[in-house]
Amino acid sequence: MEIAQVGTIAGKEFWDRIRNRWVLAVALVFTVFALVIAYFGGAQQGTVGFRSIEFTIASLVSLVIYLIPLIALLLGFDAIVGERERGSLDLLLSMPITRFELLLGKYLGLAAALTFSTVAGFGLVALVLAPQLDPVALFHYAGFVLSSVLLGLAFLSLAVMLSVFAADRTRASGLAIALWFFFVLVFDLLLLGALVFTGGTYGGEIFPYLLMLNPADVFRILNIFSLEDVRSLYGLATVFPAALANPWLLGAVMLGWIAGPLAIATWRFRT
Amino acid sequence: MAAASVVTVRGATRRYGAIKAVDGVDLDIGRGELFGLIGHNGAGKSTLFKMMLGLVPPTSGEIRIDGENVRGSGFRAVRRRIGYLPENVVLYDNLTGLETLHFFASLKRVSAAECRAVLERVGLAGAAQRRIREYSKGMRQRLGFAQALLGRPQILFLDEPTNGLDPEAIRDFYAILRGLRAEGVTMVLTSHILAEIQERVDRLAIMASGRIQALGTVQSLREGMDLPLWFDVRVAPEDFEAVRAALGHLPISAIEAREDHVAVQCRRESKMAVLQALASLDDRVLDLHVREPSLEDVFFGFSD
Repeated sequence: MEIAQVGTIAGKEFWDRIRNRWVLAVALVFTVFALVIAYFGGAQQGTVGFRSIEFTIASLVSLVIYLIPLIALLLGFDAIVGERERGSLDLLLSMPITRFELLLGKYLGLAAALTFSTVAGFGLVALVLAPQLDPVALFHYAGFVLSSVLLGLAFLSLAVMLSVFAADRTRASGLAIALWFFFVLVFDLLLLGALVFTGGTYGGEIFPYLLMLNPADVFRILNIFSLEDVRSLYGLATVFPAALANPWLLGAVMLGWIAGPLAIATWRFRT
Repeated sequence: MAAASVVTVRGATRRYGAIKAVDGVDLDIGRGELFGLIGHNGAGKSTLFKMMLGLVPPTSGEIRIDGENVRGSGFRAVRRRIGYLPENVVLYDNLTGLETLHFFASLKRVSAAECRAVLERVGLAGAAQRRIREYSKGMRQRLGFAQALLGRPQILFLDEPTNGLDPEAIRDFYAILRGLRAEGVTMVLTSHILAEIQERVDRLAIMASGRIQALGTVQSLREGMDLPLWFDVRVAPEDFEAVRAALGHLPISAIEAREDHVAVQCRRESKMAVLQALASLDDRVLDLHVREPSLEDVFFGFSD
């Protein structure tokens, strides 16, 4: 593999997103939402203003779990199929570059743009909140940002995979929305439905493991389990096996969600 | 031929389900040759083109460029010596012409300095800093050609290269090709505009139904087809009968009186005999024009 070729493709993808202000727009969305949630998230309880980092993170998790998968899928769905439809894929592949280098370059460039937006957007919020945060809170917040980046990269990987499979851009965008719908909305309902249907007698023990099949759920568990208050609030500690709550294990599952779809995409793109 | 051949195609076949898009093609293209590939849409020439570039794997058969299998890992080095202009390529709208070339130059490991020279060569130097979104169709096509010229390629694959070009730009384009041929560059191009290709290629292949139906120089194809020639003999109206009489003993396939001339059709082997017979009419023949069969005639003769 020639790293320079991967870098050329990645560089173009990244700078394209900087130039068309995609990175700026997404970073701003994150900043604004995070600030609004930090200051007004407690309004239902009758208080306005920053309360605690734990409640802020818990609210942000609910937002990010919808937003980041959508942004990542929209960012990556036409990575390959867009080039194919435009006729430039043949041109790119006639260059001294392998299909794997092209795919990896595309992914890394888009991943850099998404990571940059996420870190910049939420990082700005950390700067604003910094005077009110102790090191432990800051550590939790950093964990939240890191897991958000991983969530984005996992869904970006899924997006690039479907951009290899889809016959045209229209179908790719449809598939992207369907994937979002499935992982963010339908998956949990299906699990819940299965649990209710079996009366909880059957799927009870495997239920937490099934959550690993959805990167959005992995993200949720990662964040909620790092927070003592929230965990007791949700009453989760009793039903969830401690082994699965290990952040390193969950992080590894996320990395699997990044590598897996990319590997499938590489396999499919080869032929 | 085989020793000097740059592109070697042996039994190349590509199936899509039951359809054979390319069906057992054998072809050798020599170094420095300007080779034309013509055929109707769906004749298989674009698929064959992509197979020659290693973009579409053959179902069976083998294609080599400079002795290297186009599907092998060793082909990467050969790619640096290849320029390719795909048909109807849409480049990146948000980039300028120069940025586009920088991107491809970086993939080909060509210095950024060469990009300007190439833009100059295709007549786009003035538009280097403009975004492609503002380019006309002809300018986009020229930029696509510029991209193919990066890195001084030794082999050029040009799919419908004159699409969208005006006559002047087409002339400039072929002037560049002549310059490249003088440098020994091998070129393979396709075109629908047969009259255009006819005068300019060294050899051509006519494709239909995935097969090469005819292969050779324009002259050899014409002769191989044995298509009839036309003589337009300009004479005064009162001499029309004299022409008829002079040619009476020859195997003429048609003779028609037109407004100011007599049109005579004959086989190629009778050409000299007809000329001698007409010469016997001395100065009663005011003018003479021989119409060779056009490549269109050859083309449609084979493709039907």
